[in-house]
Amino acid sequence: MSTSARALLSGNEAVARAALDCGVALGAGYPGTPSTEILETFSALGGYAQWSPNEKVALEVAIGAAFGGARAIATMKHVGVNVAADPLFTAAYTGVSGALVLICADDPGMASSQNEQDSRRYAVAAGVPMLEPADSQEAYDFTRRAFELSQQWRIPVMVRVTTRVCHTKTVVTPRAPAGPAAPPHFQRDIKGRVMVPAYARPAHRRLRKKLAELAAWNETCDLNRDYDGGAALGIVASGVAALHAREAAPEARILKLGFTYPLPIERIRTFADGVERCVVIEEGDPCLVDGLRAAGIEVEGKAEMYRFGELNVERVRRILSRDESPEPAPPPGKPPQLCVGCPHRVAFETLRDLGCIVTGDIGCYTLGVLPPFEAMDSCVCMGASIGVGLGLRHVLADEQARKVVSVIGDSTFMHSGITGLVDMAYNRPKTGHVVMILDNSTTAMTGLQEHPGTGRKLNHEPAGQVNPEDLARAIGIDNVVIFDPVKERDAFVGALTESLASDRLSVFILRRPCLLAAAKLRRYTQGGQE
Amino acid sequence: MAGQVMNIVVAGLGGQGVLTASDIIAAAAFAAGRDVKKAEVHGMSQRGGSVRTDVRFGATPDAMVLSPMVTAGEADVLMVLAADQADVHRDVLRAGGALITPEAIDADRLPHPRSLNVAMVGALSKVLDFDEATWRAAIQAVLPPKLHEINAQAFLLGRSG
Repeated sequence: MSTSARALLSGNEAVARAALDCGVALGAGYPGTPSTEILETFSALGGYAQWSPNEKVALEVAIGAAFGGARAIATMKHVGVNVAADPLFTAAYTGVSGALVLICADDPGMASSQNEQDSRRYAVAAGVPMLEPADSQEAYDFTRRAFELSQQWRIPVMVRVTTRVCHTKTVVTPRAPAGPAAPPHFQRDIKGRVMVPAYARPAHRRLRKKLAELAAWNETCDLNRDYDGGAALGIVASGVAALHAREAAPEARILKLGFTYPLPIERIRTFADGVERCVVIEEGDPCLVDGLRAAGIEVEGKAEMYRFGELNVERVRRILSRDESPEPAPPPGKPPQLCVGCPHRVAFETLRDLGCIVTGDIGCYTLGVLPPFEAMDSCVCMGASIGVGLGLRHVLADEQARKVVSVIGDSTFMHSGITGLVDMAYNRPKTGHVVMILDNSTTAMTGLQEHPGTGRKLNHEPAGQVNPEDLARAIGIDNVVIFDPVKERDAFVGALTESLASDRLSVFILRRPCLLAAAKLRRYTQGGQE
Repeated sequence: MAGQVMNIVVAGLGGQGVLTASDIIAAAAFAAGRDVKKAEVHGMSQRGGSVRTDVRFGATPDAMVLSPMVTAGEADVLMVLAADQADVHRDVLRAGGALITPEAIDADRLPHPRSLNVAMVGALSKVLDFDEATWRAAIQAVLPPKLHEINAQAFLLGRSG
């Protein structure tokens, strides 16, 4: 390969480049650290990419494109897969006629997430093949291979990346782009795609047959690689953990798995039989260890303490030496906080001063939990502020119930707050309820992405716009009011105090653009170039 | 087999240009034909919190980098853009490793108050073996054209200090 083709790319950029190079017709997703830059890059490179309101819709859009014979990619963070799980499990049954790749970005150590769930469980649960790249070159290569596998076996394929793969820049040599994809064309296949029980039963059998064939194929697959070493220590590893392992134990014989579901069990059995001690090095849950032990392969796993957080070279050394002594505490960094002058500050100062019980949500504004506000009492998942708030309103005695306020951002409201609001209109608590939408006109936390409320597409060009106030009025919320929290602070506080004392259903929209987005917003609205 | 690897940790607070500084270091190693990995964590760090990036590159053209993260006690250089971050991150340094702090730069001579990060890359450049043309290429690869000149000045301020 000529060195002129070398590029220094993040894992996310490498995935985007691979999608472009293999003729992906559509990319859909919802922003979520560490996955966000994949679609932004794909769009900047000239691909068609869209932010959908949430991951479920994004995956459904991608499924539709793949039903039409196109190659489609859906991208999301690990918890986004929870939202998209419903279509995922059944798309495994229907299969696809083009190709469909789901990129899920896990966040071991929770750099920017509410949990550190391990998406490898989803591959097993849904019956979807999974590839796990370790660096940007593999992110590029494996994404292209995932599309080839998906097309060949007519099955959705998951690519699991992690924070350290997504946001690490490494050297990539791209391959020549694939030839032009066949033009999308819909061909009817009622029994293959309409999952009523009579058609789903054979579809499930077809899925299991594909997976059995894939497992056999994976036994000799070059996505899994051997690294020579002595027979005293063998290591089975995947993803970035395999790189830590190679560095921590250069003397070891290593089997690095790239295609991790369905596993190449016999290849691993042979590997384990050939070494005196076989250790599994994996980040997160003991997925590989459980799978190998269930197949009767004797392997050693990591101590429970290493299930938490990311692995690194030092932790792998400790696992290998069976060191379970306490680890040194990480350096006490300066915690993040709401920006000086952030319009969200007014909301949290008010909620604090009024002594509210605040059910919170996911975004920058979750920082309202920290001093000097400490004005948040729960944060569970995207959209949960409204449902959790309603639950509290239903069961608490009136005096406490009247203090409950649900706080949600504008992008999160579009993602999964709307159904909560419908529940509020439908199952009305007797003390009413107050939902506060902190509308800063962007998806700030993930880096200022568009959403249906901004009226601009992923690439910031004009698009349809969905207004939360119109939605709220249309479904019958009694009292829908809009304030600029900075300019109309007193009026806002007065109206909130009055609403909390009433039995009405209220939606307060605090609308003022994010400080960080203000300059960009001016450029978009003036039609300037970004 | 992995050869000798150079380990650099850049730390500071959100908004100080830690990511840009480490991008320039990585781009210089890349331009010099080395294997290179640059790891960072986005997200919450954007809101004024502590930010740390790790840059690892081959000390020779044939050396390969495996793990993207610098192991505690193995950094050759720790560069902090905020003086109070030195103690926070000091344990990454190996014995005899170099600590570079903002004191390396005469702040009054900075071409722009926000160019401290690139001036400090200039200070760092004195302990690395890339030539000035490589650094210039790296700055141009990372920053938009309108910022090239001012950052070239900042870089030279640090390099000549």
